[in-house]
Amino acid sequence: MINKKVNNVHEALQGIEDGMTIMLGGFGLSGIPENSIAELVNKNVHDLTCISNNAGVDDFGLGLLLQKKQIKKMISSYVGENAEFERQMLSGELDVELTPQGTLAEKCRAAQAGIPAFYTPAGYGTEVAEGKESREYNGKMHILEEAFKADFSIIKAWKGDEAGNLIFKGTARNFNAPMAGAATITIAEVEELVAPGMLDPNQIHIPGIMVQRIFQGEKFEKRIEQRTVRKK
Amino acid sequence: MALDKNQIAKRIAKEVQNNYYVNLGIGIPTLVANYVREDISVEFQSENGVLGMGPFPFEGEEDADIINAGKQTITTLPGASFFDSAFSFGMIRSQKVDLTILGAMEVAENGDIANWKIPGKMVKGMGGAMDLVASAENIIVAMMHVNKAGESKILKRCTLPLTGVGCVKKVVTELAVLEVTPKGFRLLERAPGVSVEHIIASTEAELIIDGEIPEMVID
Repeated sequence: MINKKVNNVHEALQGIEDGMTIMLGGFGLSGIPENSIAELVNKNVHDLTCISNNAGVDDFGLGLLLQKKQIKKMISSYVGENAEFERQMLSGELDVELTPQGTLAEKCRAAQAGIPAFYTPAGYGTEVAEGKESREYNGKMHILEEAFKADFSIIKAWKGDEAGNLIFKGTARNFNAPMAGAATITIAEVEELVAPGMLDPNQIHIPGIMVQRIFQGEKFEKRIEQRTVRKK
Repeated sequence: MALDKNQIAKRIAKEVQNNYYVNLGIGIPTLVANYVREDISVEFQSENGVLGMGPFPFEGEEDADIINAGKQTITTLPGASFFDSAFSFGMIRSQKVDLTILGAMEVAENGDIANWKIPGKMVKGMGGAMDLVASAENIIVAMMHVNKAGESKILKRCTLPLTGVGCVKKVVTELAVLEVTPKGFRLLERAPGVSVEHIIASTEAELIIDGEIPEMVID
């Protein structure tokens, strides 16, 4: 067994420097690596390029990094829930590359799978296609999209073992699975870190080979963005 | 009488057929789930990674790890499954999802749709809409026919940045049901009590009108 365990978030995020490109898992606030985001705020690294489907909300998730102006560029599909984000984007302080959600996910998966580029129909005929090669397949137009290149991928899983194997829960799997192994170094923060052999190999969603560092998060707030309920 | 949002959702629910996998967008489309006939089998897909979505959870049972694409807490029904975002859009691009229902700011008679950006004003992002409209065979748009200033959103050509080209098949508004044909919009149905003349006056695009236009049936 190759042991990927590190002792804490501080150790896990060693090597992250100003100007780096970082992938962060999660959809909305669901499944975000919240301990690592807090540590990025502590580390006070700047000029980051962040690849993340969303940008958090004003006071949680990547919104915390935006408040401190640590992010130079965001690559996302939807940023609607964050007033500070919108302000920085419209004023030109923040560079934003909006990418269709399926394309964003596939650019992660391509990086994970060693595929440099792929054709997708998403965005053909729109401003997303500007400057990109296009080609017809099966009577339909597609555009060429390239795999992401990132220095670090920071993801969050429900359970993990010291070998780096990961299991996700519910819809918190989202971008965490395709970002695993999609950067030079992948850091996984988990709610529960167990000894090797404690997880059933049949149930593993991401094998440990995709993960370089794993740690158990100190605390998880797991904030809910839109609490919708019905009466009993 | 123009329809309200729930009535638009009720009308669209009639388009949902037995054994359909359906993706519902945010807003009026989400309401469609409330009105699908109970005697047919339908599974709702949400692009953040769930098939077999159920109603909102009971108070106290909400789970931060189980949400829909609108970030709302949800439940799952027997037979449900979870998957990652790449897999989710894989099933969308490979056309396993039978029907996509989404909102729009503008729709044009060539089937173009715009719903993600107002330059200089509002830029929230396209989310999954570009992938959905580029891949789905069957796309129904739920939208208001006119904006708050009374201007038509059913146009000859979209004026806002496009989400997709030539993809919309049908539009249901508070006034009418329109089909997108190679020759433009065909008026299929009108809201109860709304005249054809009123719909023509509220629509910038030309309408193809063949014979008597029936009223929508809203239960």
